[in-house]
Amino acid sequence: MLTIDIITPDPLLTLINILATIVMSMGAFFMVVGSVGLLKFPDFYTRLHATGKCDTMGQILIIVGCMIYQGFDFITVKLFFVSAFYLFAGPAATHALMKAAYFTGLKVWKKGDPKM
Amino acid sequence: MTEAMGKTGNGKAFSILLTFIIAFSLWLLFSYWNKYLVGHYDLFRLARGIIVAVIIALTMHQLLIPAGGQKRLVKLRRWCLYALWELWQIVLAAVDVAMRVLGLRPLDPRIIEFETTLRSDLALTTFGDSITLTPGTITINIEPERGKYVVHAIAQEPADALTVDQTMQKKVGYVFMEE
Amino acid sequence: MIAPFVIIAILVGFTVLLCTYRAVFGPGTLNRIVAANVIGTKAIVLLILAGYIIERPHFIDIGLMYAVLSFIGTIIMSKYLERGDLCSR
Repeated sequence: MLTIDIITPDPLLTLINILATIVMSMGAFFMVVGSVGLLKFPDFYTRLHATGKCDTMGQILIIVGCMIYQGFDFITVKLFFVSAFYLFAGPAATHALMKAAYFTGLKVWKKGDPKM
Repeated sequence: MTEAMGKTGNGKAFSILLTFIIAFSLWLLFSYWNKYLVGHYDLFRLARGIIVAVIIALTMHQLLIPAGGQKRLVKLRRWCLYALWELWQIVLAAVDVAMRVLGLRPLDPRIIEFETTLRSDLALTTFGDSITLTPGTITINIEPERGKYVVHAIAQEPADALTVDQTMQKKVGYVFMEE
Repeated sequence: MIAPFVIIAILVGFTVLLCTYRAVFGPGTLNRIVAANVIGTKAIVLLILAGYIIERPHFIDIGLMYAVLSFIGTIIMSKYLERGDLCSR
């Protein structure tokens, strides 16, 4: 028996793939910007601003992109728990580090000082 | 005798049961998808989950379901709506920091202090977490007796949004009913 | 659909190199703790992406455990630096 298979691309699958790629590339952009801010900013307190907000957001976006790619499966639930944990743990770790720096007397950079 | 047990009435049995249900359902959620992969999913795996869930329910039920009389359900419903507004603020915060890294907005950090009318543990923690997630501010220190916050702000506009406008204080005060 | 995962994993790995500069040259201990925390965060993202590249996504459990351990490590280090002692009596 001879069967001819015509492969037609499923349009819904391609749309899900494109959406997941867009969300993941936005997450990668925020991660690169966060790391460049870690190098560029002049003070410890401002560097914590850059990593505590941009880094958390970039990671959550990458994991949400992987969740969109996977569809409805049990792996999606595990990925959701990883991203929800970072939503609560990222700001708490940032606050703990800033409190330790303030109470050991690290100086705050004002506008016009040399870079420290 | 019932006061000596730590709770009055039969609230203790209900909280143990609720903690057991939550722990066991989380265990099922994480391990049930192995049913088609490993080969057989029999009573042995379920028994391990039941034993661990019972241990957790007996030792930690008072942490998860606290003593009643504090109108928890109303606060939970208002807190869910507040969390949705908070997620939108996280997106704004990441975009704001990205613009400051790329040089589109100036950089002028300062430290500010202010007082609020919140007194309970959960309200103070929620407000401190929200300050860290808002564009441009991070919490440094909290004093629980007078509700005093020490905050590091990255420019003048986020500092003004926190001390002059006071939108977030009103929202958190509405959620926890402590205006 | 393997090529986008590889490109994004290479970008995230490049940012790990950027953070290593701050871990080596940061003036003081606190800058180095921040760099170690950021590298730990990126390691979890790399674990998940590597699971998708080789088409066996079983690394997510390891990533969840490592996220909890790394967070507790950062809190313990900052508490020790602030007080000079972990549990003072």
